Formats: sequence, structure tokens, C-alpha cells
Amino acid sequence: MMTKQKATLALTALLVLGVSAGCKKKIPPPPPAAPAPIPENTAPAVRPTIAYFSAEPSTVTVGQPSSLRWSVTDATSISIDNAIGEVSPNGRRGVYPTATTTYHLVATGPGGTTAADATVTVSSPPPPPPVQAAPQPTIQEILAKQVQDIHFDYDKSEIRGEDQAILQGDASALRTVFQMDPNFVVTIEGHCDERGSAEYNLALGDRRAAATKDALISLGVPGDKLKTISFGKERPLCTEPTEDCYSRNRRAHFSAAQ
Amino acid sequence: MRTITLPLFSLSFLLALGVASARQDVSGRVEKGGDKPFVAVPDFRATGTIAPGLMTVFNSTVQSDLQSSPQIKFLPKTLYPLRVPQVPNDLAAGEAGANAKPAPTPGFRLADWAAPPTKANWVGIGYGAEDRGLFVVFGYFYTTSPTITDLKQAQAFGKVYTGSLDQAGAVDAAHHYAADILAQFGGQSLIGSKIVFVSDRTGSKEIWLMNWDGTDQHQITKYNSISTFPSVSPDGHTVAFTTYATGYPAIQLFSLDTGRKLPFYNQRASMNAFVSFTPDSKQVVFSSTAAGGAAQLYIANADGSNFRRLTNSGVIEVEAKINPKTGNDLVDVSGRSGLPQVYKMNIEGTDVQRLSAGTGEATNPAWSPDGSHIAFAWTKGFEPGNYNIFLMDVVSKETVQLTANEGRNENPSWAPDGAHIVYASKRGRQSQIWVMNADGTGKHALTQTGSNEKPVWVNAEK
Repeated sequence: MMTKQKATLALTALLVLGVSAGCKKKIPPPPPAAPAPIPENTAPAVRPTIAYFSAEPSTVTVGQPSSLRWSVTDATSISIDNAIGEVSPNGRRGVYPTATTTYHLVATGPGGTTAADATVTVSSPPPPPPVQAAPQPTIQEILAKQVQDIHFDYDKSEIRGEDQAILQGDASALRTVFQMDPNFVVTIEGHCDERGSAEYNLALGDRRAAATKDALISLGVPGDKLKTISFGKERPLCTEPTEDCYSRNRRAHFSAAQ
Repeated sequence: MRTITLPLFSLSFLLALGVASARQDVSGRVEKGGDKPFVAVPDFRATGTIAPGLMTVFNSTVQSDLQSSPQIKFLPKTLYPLRVPQVPNDLAAGEAGANAKPAPTPGFRLADWAAPPTKANWVGIGYGAEDRGLFVVFGYFYTTSPTITDLKQAQAFGKVYTGSLDQAGAVDAAHHYAADILAQFGGQSLIGSKIVFVSDRTGSKEIWLMNWDGTDQHQITKYNSISTFPSVSPDGHTVAFTTYATGYPAIQLFSLDTGRKLPFYNQRASMNAFVSFTPDSKQVVFSSTAAGGAAQLYIANADGSNFRRLTNSGVIEVEAKINPKTGNDLVDVSGRSGLPQVYKMNIEGTDVQRLSAGTGEATNPAWSPDGSHIAFAWTKGFEPGNYNIFLMDVVSKETVQLTANEGRNENPSWAPDGAHIVYASKRGRQSQIWVMNADGTGKHALTQTGSNEKPVWVNAEK
């Protein structure tokens, strides 16, 4: 019962108020109480606040991105130099500096201007990777790897049938060598196994070197770029008394002329 | 080394006979041995305060020289009588003949040495002493011939040998005493003769020189390259060899007198090698590729000038060796019949004939000083590389094998006495220089250090 009475009273009061307000022009009311001030207008103006302005990572190499991040309050205008321009109060922007760069953020508001810097340090780049483009073998590499020994039968200086393919490979590689360096000269060394006499083998090694030279000339290798020398059996590759070692030593070997 | 001849009453006609028959034996049947005189030389003892090792060195050197001689048979000391005379006065005068009676302890009579088991035809006695700082040996040599009853007539020689009071002096005295003994039987003394060879003991092949007994080995070339294939002029003044010192195998000449390089003009060729001198030492034959193709034989003056071609076979021609006796013909190693064989031709390169049998490989021919034989290396029926030294009568082409089952044997070269051969023997990883009698007996090594090969005996005549 008590509650019903209070509500009725409050409703009546509101009604009176509303009627009186609607009739303001008609009846000049007493000046109303001052309205609550609007905060913007009423609070004292403050300078913008830059919560943070950073670059992550702060150190990069050329070509790597760094991310600028910032957060600003109380600003009406925010801009970053280095061709970035106006930005929103909170944001991030990837940058690709080619040299160490200091980014300058300026926040302007009714209370003034605030600035902050973020620096991206660009470290010197790592050494350039090795040139990948089709490595060109040197003349020495061609001589060592592509120009293979020619082998001979005992007491013989004729090029064997099974060595013809090797000889053609040698001719091709040697032509390449002389194209790369027209002044290069190759020595063909004639060698023998240890069984014959040293004297006869000196002359036999000479025949092996000469036969190899002649065969290469017939395959188009310029003869004036080929010298021959016999080492007989004075410079063996191996010294075991086995047929395998003997056959390895019976050879024409190629080397750069001295 | 000085020698003084003591009073001597030898029978010169007997010695002349002995020498003549011995020479016949050596030149006619050098490879067979045969009826050699039996020689006994008991150990010499020392008197006074001589270093004990010196007489040991003296005795072993005498024994080695006599054992390694094809002229005599040196009797083993175990067969000798117990009592050893040392001076002529020890020999019982008048008891040298066949009618002498045996003594209770035999040895002081020459007949004791002629009797079994010794059965010596000759006996050498003597002793050593120090005399005023020198090593002195009194050396005597007697025949035990029963037909000679006079001790003085039985004495072939008696000499005093002096040398420095050290091992070298003892070796020197022994060589001279042994040489005097061998001279009784036609043996030419090798004293003073030298051997050129190739050694790698410095790390690269260089030309070396040593005395004939292996002493005083010293280096001639110092090129740190490959220097090999030596030969020596018959006058003993010049060694020729092949060296890579200038890049390509080329001939160089060194004076053995001064150790200096001598002028030699090498033909423009991929190889010039294997020099042989004419007997007058004024011309050389060698192998060259100057005309292209396989190495051929050329003749030129000893300085390389006046270069003329000898062969035109189209196959390898190496190791020419001019007959040292005549100078009119030469042997070489040729591929004319396939594998290398020894051929003979005249000095113009014509009248070519094969000497070796054609089986296996025959290389390294070397003329005996009298031009009657060649020593050479031959694989005969063995596998390639298994060389042995053989002797061939150049006229009959009969061969005798001098080495067997002793490794790989190559590069024989005759001593000036025609009775010894020096050669290279590889019995393991390294080759060494060995010397033997021309009948294949008495083999012993002259080198031990490094690998040593291609010996050439230098003619002592200068």
C-alpha cells in the first residue's frame, strides 16, 4: 500500500515538470540548472600521447622487412615521414629500408604536438653467394679430369682399339683447352712398365708419346701445341710387380708444358 | 803405395811359360775355369805393436782378391799345414824338392804345401809390421814345383809393401800383394781402376764414381733431375751420360779428370742418349730421334759435331757398343725382330746380323776388352723382366749363363783385365752394384746405400 502511494507521487511530479517545460516559450521559466559540461570542451586540452612507436626487428639486412608499430592517443593528425604519410592512431606498416633509416612519427592534437623516432638499422649484407651460373672448369681441371691417359700393350706403341674413345675424348678436351688459351702447350709423356730394359724403354716411351700425338693431330688437335717427352720407366705410377701395375704404367700422360 | 823389389832369383823361363799358359786359359776358355794353378796364402801375422785389426783387414782383402780372380784357384785355409812359415829363413833350405822327407810337424817345407790335402802349386807367405809410422808388409811368393830344389830359385818374388798405418793402408798393401801374385799368371792389375755408376741415394738419379773395390764412392753430377745411362771413353778421361737437366733426355759429357762439363752439341730431338766411344775416344755413336720416328743410331765427333746417320730400320735402335778391339763393328739392341734383341753391324751401319737367339728379350750388350765375347742381359725362357747375365762368343754365338736365381741382373760391364764383370743386381726393392769373375764365380756386392745401377768399369789406362 505504501509503495503504490510513493509511485503515484513521483509520476505526478514528472508530469508537472513536463508540462512546465513544454510551456517554456510561453512562460519564461527560471534558468535551468547548467547542463553537465561536454568533456571535450570543458576539460583542459592535453598533448597527444604516443604509447609506443617501434620497429621490429630493429636490425635488418638489405631486402628484409621491418615492421613499424605505433599507438597514439589525443591526436587529430598522425604522420610518419619517409614517404609513409598520414596514418591512423593505431597501426603497423612494413618497410624495406636499403640503408639505416630513422622514422619520425609526429602526432598533432588540440593540445599540441608529440613526436617519436624509430630506427631501423640496416646491417652490411652477407657476402654474395658463389656464382652459381654453370661453373667453367679451368684448363688445369680439364687436363687433370677430362684428358685421360692412353694405355698400351707390352712393347707396343700403337693406340689400342679400346682406347679410341678415350683418345677422342682427349682430343675434344684438348681442343677446348687450346680455345680457352691459344698459348697453352701440352706435354705428352710416354711411360713404360718396369720389365723391359731402361734403355729400350726410353725409346719405347718416346714412340708412345709420338703415336699419341699423331693420333690427336689426326683428330684435329693442333700439333704445334703438343710436345712429347719419354720418361721410359723412370717415373712409374706404381711399383708393384703385378700385371695391373704394369698396365697402369704403360701410358701416355698429359701435363702442362713447362 | 811404394813397393821395393827384394833380391829375386826366380826362374824367368818358368814364369814365362806359366804366364803364357795362363793367358791361353783365360782368353780361350774364360767361361769354364779349368786347370787353374792352386794357390795357398796363409794368414800373415803381425810383429810388434801393430793395431790388431790391420792384419785381419790385410788377410781378408788378399783372400777376397785371390778368390775373385779367374786366373787361379785360391785354396781354403782349412787345408793348410799347421806350421806356417813367415820369412824365407823359416823355409828349410834344400828341402823343397820332391825327395824331401816329411817333417814331424809339416809346414816349413814347400813340399809340405804341395802334398795332400793342400796340394798347392804356389804358396804366399809373409808378415806385417809398423815401421816409422807406416804399415809395412813383407810379402813372398814361392812355387812348390818338385822339379825346383833350390829355395832361391823357387821364389817368384819378395817385396816390401808400405801404406798408411790404417785400414786404407792395409787394404792398399793387400791389393798390391794380390795383384803381384795374379800377375804371375797373366792377371792384369785392377789397382787404380774405377767404376762409374748411377745412384739415387741423394733422392734423384745422379752419376757416381768409386774405386773398383767399392771404396771412395762419390757423386759426380748434382742436377737433382734424372741423370743416367753412363758410358766412359776408352782413354778413361770422359764420362758421357743422359740427363733430363735441360728438360729432355739429352747427352752430356763430364771430364773425369776435372769433374767439369765438356762441350757436346745435342741434335734437336725428343731424345739423344746411350753414348759409345770409338777406341780412339774421338768419335761417339748414340741413339737419337732427330729425324723423327723411332730412335736410330748416329755417329758424330766426340763434341757432337759431324753428325751422321748409321741406321734406318724404322724400329727402335738403342745401346750401341763399339767393338773396343777393332773399332770396326758394333753391337746394339734393336726391335727388328719384335722384342728387343742384340744385333751386330759394322761401323757404317750395314752388314746387320742378329746375335741373340730371338727368344725372350736380350739387352745391355758389353764387349770383352779383346772383342771376342759380349756379356749381355737376357730373359731367355724366363718371364719378361727376369734378366740374367749371359756370356756369348761373338763368333760361335754360344752362350754361358753367369747368374741364376739371384734376382734381376743387368748392365754387365767388363773390367780392363777381361776377367771381371761388374753388373747391377736387384734382389728386393733396390738394385746394387755387384762384381763377379767372368766365369760367374766370386760374386760380391760393392754398394749398399740407396739404389745403384748401370755400372761401367773405367779403363785404368790414362
